[in-house]
Amino acid sequence: MRGIKKDFFGNQVLTDINFTLGAGQVLGLCGENGAGKSTLMKILFGMDVIRETGGYSGDILINGEKVTFNTPFDALTAGIGMVHQEFSLIPGFTATENILLNREPQKKNVISEVFGQRLNTLDYKEMDRRATAAIEKMGVEIDAKMVISSMPVGHKQFTEIARELSKEQLKLLILDEPTAVLTEKEAEALLDSIRGMAARGISVIFITHRLHEILAVCDQVVVMRDGHVVRDVPTSQTSVDDITRWMVGRDVQSAVTPQEAKAEKADARIIMSIKNLWVDMPGETVRDVSLDVREGEILGIGGLAGQGKLGIPNGVMGLYEAGGTVEFDGRSIPLNSPRKCLDSALAFVSEDRREVGLLLDESLEWNVAFSAMQIQNKFLKKMFGGLIKWRDEKAIHDVTQKYIDALEIKCTSSKQNARELSGGNQQKVCLAKAFALEPKFLFVSEPTRGIDVGAKALVLDALKQFNRESGVTVVMISSELEELRQTCDRIAIISGGQVAGIRPATDPSESFGALMVSKVI
Amino acid sequence: MEQPAYAIGLQYWLKKMGYPRLIIGGFLLVLFIMAPLTGSDLTTQFTNVVNRFSWNAVLVLAMVPMIHSGCGLNFGIPLGVLAGLLGGTLAIEMGFTGPMSFVMAIVVSTPFAILFGGGYGALLNKIKGGEMMVATYVGLSSVSFMCIMWLVIPYKHPSIVMAYTGVGLRNMFALDSFYAGVLADFLKIDLNPLGINLVIPTGSILFFALLAFLMWAFLHTKTGTAMTAVGSNPTFAKASGINVDRIRMLSVILSTWLGAVGVLVYQQGFGFVQLYTAPMNMTMPAVAAVLIGGASVNKASISNVVIGTILFQGLVTMTPTVITALIHTDVSEVIRIIVSNGMVVYALTRKTEGAK
Repeated sequence: MRGIKKDFFGNQVLTDINFTLGAGQVLGLCGENGAGKSTLMKILFGMDVIRETGGYSGDILINGEKVTFNTPFDALTAGIGMVHQEFSLIPGFTATENILLNREPQKKNVISEVFGQRLNTLDYKEMDRRATAAIEKMGVEIDAKMVISSMPVGHKQFTEIARELSKEQLKLLILDEPTAVLTEKEAEALLDSIRGMAARGISVIFITHRLHEILAVCDQVVVMRDGHVVRDVPTSQTSVDDITRWMVGRDVQSAVTPQEAKAEKADARIIMSIKNLWVDMPGETVRDVSLDVREGEILGIGGLAGQGKLGIPNGVMGLYEAGGTVEFDGRSIPLNSPRKCLDSALAFVSEDRREVGLLLDESLEWNVAFSAMQIQNKFLKKMFGGLIKWRDEKAIHDVTQKYIDALEIKCTSSKQNARELSGGNQQKVCLAKAFALEPKFLFVSEPTRGIDVGAKALVLDALKQFNRESGVTVVMISSELEELRQTCDRIAIISGGQVAGIRPATDPSESFGALMVSKVI
Repeated sequence: MEQPAYAIGLQYWLKKMGYPRLIIGGFLLVLFIMAPLTGSDLTTQFTNVVNRFSWNAVLVLAMVPMIHSGCGLNFGIPLGVLAGLLGGTLAIEMGFTGPMSFVMAIVVSTPFAILFGGGYGALLNKIKGGEMMVATYVGLSSVSFMCIMWLVIPYKHPSIVMAYTGVGLRNMFALDSFYAGVLADFLKIDLNPLGINLVIPTGSILFFALLAFLMWAFLHTKTGTAMTAVGSNPTFAKASGINVDRIRMLSVILSTWLGAVGVLVYQQGFGFVQLYTAPMNMTMPAVAAVLIGGASVNKASISNVVIGTILFQGLVTMTPTVITALIHTDVSEVIRIIVSNGMVVYALTRKTEGAK
């Protein structure tokens, strides 16, 4: 790949990506979330999203020839196979049927002689033979006749890979985090099969967060960060520590030194104490988290995607089923009840702006004032001795205008629908909603996801200011370590659904990087 | 390419009005213009439209709470209609006559509406996302069930039971000595003595205006605001500490009760009570009317109700006279069915858009 560039609506996500991969070699691709790994693979695989968002620049060369893939089908014909993070299998079909779907060997029969080949019968014997051959290539044992829905996760993953392997023209196989769902033993088997494939002359691009796997199986490691390739080295010359440092260590020196005045907060009393919290949030399972939050601090929670950092606020605030004990201000907070949390002056800015955070089809006024109105009876006029609680449009307008000015929300008026705002401004509305509740404690989840640099700085500043001036304790969850280091006093890293460690924000990035991958499951 | 200001203005206006409203409004206008040409009296036509509006408006209003809470269009309105029918027949059975029978009909139907609406709401809370489909069948099956009950409940009042056997209710009976016209005749404007065929049922319209005002006011209270938010984004509402199921239940009960009152208003205007399978015919006109009015599956305002009812009922009353006079064939029923079902299909395909 040479000089690959890609931007989404002016937001540069890939800059000058260059790397080469020889036949029969295994290339490990790693980088933090949002480093551009998936985008790069989508370009290589000719996914529709790339074309729809304006294509890419640069060249992809295969065997020395320039290729352009407009659809995944082109990529397939060129011998590229991809196994996605999410399964794309038909649950009710057997492994064999899934492996050979739409490429089944066929036999002619009487009806198809008359009506054409669409009515050919499937040659099940041949299908079994080919499927078994593909499974054997991986060197694992899977019952080819088993229905997908009754398989363990690992076998599903192997079936996906077998499907790609059964394509005879396969030259390059992309595996996007294939081991994320596997147990240690299964992962080991997968790594073996990757070695086997390479021996057969198939090149593999292997994306994973488990760095030791890369060291175990790859010939070459490419580390990406912020849309750049920061390192491209043979595996033999590197170590887990090196890779970690390259992954997270963006301009370690130039990063703004986190704020002063940490000493006085160190002995502040503990305002929230989370013990043995588990949260059943799909994709972000929290297994066993115990965490103390001190009054008046900004605590960062970081970690890789899928490790459970997002599950913590969602669980505490009752949006997903959770268990364990949470004590706030000396009283215990019942879980699974958003109302009780809000009543105790907790507030939450969700990472899912569009689904949870906003009323997209209502005005900004409603968005800002709604929660405060419902929870604290603010912005209401009482009539007939409190019998009727009438919406106070003027108070609502005033408070919204106040936050529009304070947070510099760009909108035509406070009556504009939230849907029409840009991502960054929507995020500010979400913050305004939380501020309007005047909470004592604020969870902010991924406050800068999907917003541009300028808006990012504003949002983070608003949070810091809110923390300092109102003395509100803030817990900020973010995938971006640098952002946490700039904003927070202490940072807890979640890995494998547990707290891997809590460090002051002044610690070097590498130490956080090591924590991030320490308990990955 | 720059567009001239008036073109942008026109486009904005078109978008705001919504094409279905414009087309039907235009068609209605054409009918009004053509009415005198075909020999029918314009004031008679106007009287018809106004009267039909006064009968149906409350039933259309009954759509609003459920749309606001995100339960979709109330295809289960027959349930409310049945509560109203129970209230009406029981009030007569108890021996009330005149205006008192109307008041008692509403009073008696209220507990039924709460009961039916509660059960219906509990059911809809279990099948979020598929409300409208299930609602349709709740309506159909409850009407069938009540077909049996009309025969089984031991009604005794001679003017409503079957003439010969005295067992079971009649298919249809007149309300002359009961609540026919109790609202319509209040402050009625009747220009017939002056030689102009123009009758305006002021009372019915005022009654609708009162209910519409109460609905508007309710939507401006704390609970009403919560209801709209639940319909707009249930996850947001839940995260703001709202008990989503309870709000939805409340909206279903409100819709059902308005359905009950709506059918009583309809009966007092029409002058007859229709039982057995008649409630089934109440659904489509009400749903279609609110949609023509510019409501969507999750947004509806009082103006949607008013505009929609006028347009839809205008269409239903004008077409028979005008079109029949033109082509000498009675196609009114055909047009009514095409419009009402067509509107429902149209609205369901564009789930999110709505006009204010």
